[in-house]
Amino acid sequence: MSIPRKLWRIHGGLHLPGHKAESMQQPITDAPVPPELILPLQQHIGNVATPIVNVGDRVLKNQIIARAEGYVSVPIHASSSGTVIAIEPRVIPHPSHLTDTCIVIATDGKDEATPVAAVLSDYRQMDPAELRNRIRDAGIVGLGGAGFPAFIKLNPGPQLKIHTLILNGAECEPYITCDAMLMQEQPRAILDGLRIMQHALHAQRCIIGIEDNKPAALQALQAALHTDEHTLIEIVAVPTLYPAGGEKQLIKTLTGLEVPSHQLPASVGVICHNVATAYSIAQAISHQQPLIERIVTVAGPAIPKACNYRVRLGTPMKYLIEHTGASPSLPARLIMGGPMMGFAINDLQTPVIKTTNCLLALTSQELPKTQFELPCIRCGECARACPAQLLPQQLFWHAHAKDFDKIQDFNLFDCIECGCCSYVCPSHIPLVQYYRFAKTEIWAKEREKSKSDIARQRHEFHLQRLERKKREDEERKRKKKEMLDKVTQTDSAADAKKAAIAAALQRAQAKKATQASPQNVEHLSEQQRQQIDEIDKRRANPSTVASQPGKDNES
Amino acid sequence: MSTFISSPHTLFTNNVTRIMLLVVAALIPGIAAHIYFFGIGIVINSIICIVTALLCEAGMLKLRDRPLWPFLTDGSAIVTALLIAIGLPSLFPMWLAIIATAFAIIIAKHLYGGLGNNPFNPAMVGYVLLLIAFPKDMTLWLAPHAAGPAVDFVSTLQFNILGQLPVIAHFDAITMATPLDTVKTELGTGLTVSQIVTNHPHLADAMFGKGWDIINLLFLLGGIGLLYKRVITWRIPVSMLITIAIFASIAYASNNTLHASPLFHLLGGATMLGAFFIATDPVTASTTPRGQLIYGCGIGIFTYLIRNYGSYPDGVAFAVLLMNLAAPTIDYYTRPRVFGHHPGTSS
Amino acid sequence: MLAAILALAILAIIFGLLLGYGAIKFKVEGDPVVDQIDAILPQTQCGQCTFAGCRPYAEAIAKGEADINQCPPGGETVILALADLLGRDPKPLNAEHGTHGEKTVVIIDEQVCIGCTLCIQACPVDAILGAAKHMHTVIKSECTGCNLCIPPCPVDCIHIVPVGTTLQTWTWPSPRDEHVHSA
Repeated sequence: MSIPRKLWRIHGGLHLPGHKAESMQQPITDAPVPPELILPLQQHIGNVATPIVNVGDRVLKNQIIARAEGYVSVPIHASSSGTVIAIEPRVIPHPSHLTDTCIVIATDGKDEATPVAAVLSDYRQMDPAELRNRIRDAGIVGLGGAGFPAFIKLNPGPQLKIHTLILNGAECEPYITCDAMLMQEQPRAILDGLRIMQHALHAQRCIIGIEDNKPAALQALQAALHTDEHTLIEIVAVPTLYPAGGEKQLIKTLTGLEVPSHQLPASVGVICHNVATAYSIAQAISHQQPLIERIVTVAGPAIPKACNYRVRLGTPMKYLIEHTGASPSLPARLIMGGPMMGFAINDLQTPVIKTTNCLLALTSQELPKTQFELPCIRCGECARACPAQLLPQQLFWHAHAKDFDKIQDFNLFDCIECGCCSYVCPSHIPLVQYYRFAKTEIWAKEREKSKSDIARQRHEFHLQRLERKKREDEERKRKKKEMLDKVTQTDSAADAKKAAIAAALQRAQAKKATQASPQNVEHLSEQQRQQIDEIDKRRANPSTVASQPGKDNES
Repeated sequence: MSTFISSPHTLFTNNVTRIMLLVVAALIPGIAAHIYFFGIGIVINSIICIVTALLCEAGMLKLRDRPLWPFLTDGSAIVTALLIAIGLPSLFPMWLAIIATAFAIIIAKHLYGGLGNNPFNPAMVGYVLLLIAFPKDMTLWLAPHAAGPAVDFVSTLQFNILGQLPVIAHFDAITMATPLDTVKTELGTGLTVSQIVTNHPHLADAMFGKGWDIINLLFLLGGIGLLYKRVITWRIPVSMLITIAIFASIAYASNNTLHASPLFHLLGGATMLGAFFIATDPVTASTTPRGQLIYGCGIGIFTYLIRNYGSYPDGVAFAVLLMNLAAPTIDYYTRPRVFGHHPGTSS
Repeated sequence: MLAAILALAILAIIFGLLLGYGAIKFKVEGDPVVDQIDAILPQTQCGQCTFAGCRPYAEAIAKGEADINQCPPGGETVILALADLLGRDPKPLNAEHGTHGEKTVVIIDEQVCIGCTLCIQACPVDAILGAAKHMHTVIKSECTGCNLCIPPCPVDCIHIVPVGTTLQTWTWPSPRDEHVHSA
């Protein structure tokens, strides 16, 4: 077993009923390819991918169907072969239940893959930059939940020295076992992924942190470790205490280092990846296999036989749930993620995406009765449970009062939304929702502020432009008048002026003859054409032209 | 039900009613001892206070247009009523108990916004009202059971409700000052502690003032129960008790003829009740870990100072109210270091 | 009597000088109030407040010529912020100037537009692109939703569309606004 080593304590946390055994009775099972795959263009944090296929195109499995846009982005691959039948807004997994653009593929059942290019597959001979590109091209994002493009976390930049690479196998949320099962079944591939990342980062040590309620996973990884690697890779059991798997919490537990507020782990020389991400990286580098499927735990009391499935990305949740033998209707609450941090899904056509680690179907018995929210009695349970050592009741107070300046004084943005405070609150206040409300509202306010600043600038510029134009017009009039005054002094000049006027008239007539006719008139009705003619007449009439615009907007 | 449901999606594990009922349960041993030593009066007082509290609560909720059921069942009014009733002498006019409770619930609780929003401990506000406005009635404690005749149930009822004196004896014959009161008064006349004990043999009985010590020990037991059930944390009671002990020890060590022993202070008056049940009222106490230590310390200091230098025999109620006043400031300056922040940089 | 009056007078002079000196010495160089008001206003430049834009309205408020409840796009938020800044009592939005509604932008129906440039002239933030006899288009991200371009349009090809909520702009609702809450 693992070597005993010093671990650091995190503040707060909760001992939650695990509910993990239910979904670990069976090995990971392949879920069949559904008739329709719905692939959202945004399955990661960062810029939305850009579709590079059109409706009607036939696509093959592993084919890139949307390319990464900008740096913080990854491409999206077709999870099976078939025809693109739509690129349109569909409901995506998000707490807002909103729709977003998805590429919809009708699968043909052939599951025909793109040919695998014969490329180098030994990571030891690859440059870190090449490794990162291959990981990016494989569409790999953090599979633990947030979905941050994985290649970026392998590129800390030249000024940050990474000494420790941590693999997060804590999986602290109740019900979820996808990482545990993967560690049990694929320890070798996970370790390969870890070695690839270690190679890319030149980390001096690697630690795999696993909650001590997963002895089988610990054992499997330990057994898969090469004998000469014990000094480089440590497999460590961490106490089962929610949220031990929070990135900053796990780093603290394993290394004693505290990631400063508003900074990334790399700032203290640590990089943390999920075990499933490591597995996908190994697949991408050693087998040129892009990310088109992931392990999803389907569990909860509304599921008769909880199990982990290898699911093609884009599979509608309805299809997956039906496949488990559960009733195809929406359970009392369907949650993507765990009970503590997941969010409710209310449309069964929502697809499984890269960050779907668990589908949790709860019956009404596991849900709180809609209960009256009592006032905060300041009991302090929330503060004792808070792993970020915040003062949740103060945050609540200011969020309730919508005092967004004060709430930031109390470090709202250090809240990781783990849900511990809401869980213990005797007054049943939905604290986390208050914090989410405050956070999203603050972001919205910042967006509005920058928008109104731009509007102000543009309006000022607009006024300046009008002012300048007025000045220029006056200047021109003045000059013209001066010229006229001069001209009238001599006859020859008067002739010249007449000639000039005649020339101008001619020019104007010529222009009138070739004048552009209004656009888009072909499909207009007779009445509308008449209207346009009237407008043109009005325009030709000098009295109304006085207020006619100049053309300097073209500039 | 809202359209957007935020995590966590779990059943609640705790509720306000449970907390309040546990507090009530933890008060029972102390109340039982109270009945044993001072008669059934405390039960009558408790019932009067609880009924008053619930009626006032219901009335105020109605006036404030709040739902009745969740607030009447939260148990907070019952705790307030009980804490007032425990502080009253057994023979005590009903109308005073009603005034104190009504004042506590209407003025100290609901006019400040109801549950969770009152800056001052409502029970102590009601209690202090009586101490200030009706000091004489508050000092008429029956002699503890063993030292004098306990007044039977009917007589107590008659006195408390109808205002009729018990038929057995004249009032003075059955009442006596509390030990804290006695020691304070007699020290004031220039006697030494040992002389006082000689004059009042019951003070030497048992440990420190017959009955009071047992009652305090049983409130301590209830308090430990609350700690075990995680309803309260150790910081406020422990810091308060240690502060009282330290002050009393220093005084006692410097001159044991003029100062009572530390145990007398710890097991006398409302010390244990105050430490575990009053000072720990979450609404009005400090909430940060360091803040709670300071808060408990402050109550200890004020309690000791008032007992020794103030004009009231006991000072727990005043000390709690004074520290209630300071709690928001204490909280502000004792915010814990947030994860990922350096000590000292709060934001 | 005289001595007392004299003493008070001297004291008054001394303190007056001290205060005057203090006012000069420790003068707070803050934003002039007009800038602060302008920073709160939504910069729609719609003129619903009867002024020619947000800044003129800000100036009018600062001078006391306009009330703080004349900005429909800003709604309650702006009124509260102004009340807070100026130490005045908040009041409900003056309905004469309009009502606070959902955020909108305009789009030009390019199939109908005849390229008259009247809307370009009306746009306070130059958010409409186009040239005479060529169809125009609105730069959606710069449009403030002031709707000033709609009246001049001779063919009514400019339509108001709600901005709508996207994944990027969606916000969690406050539980307080959702259910009955006490306290």
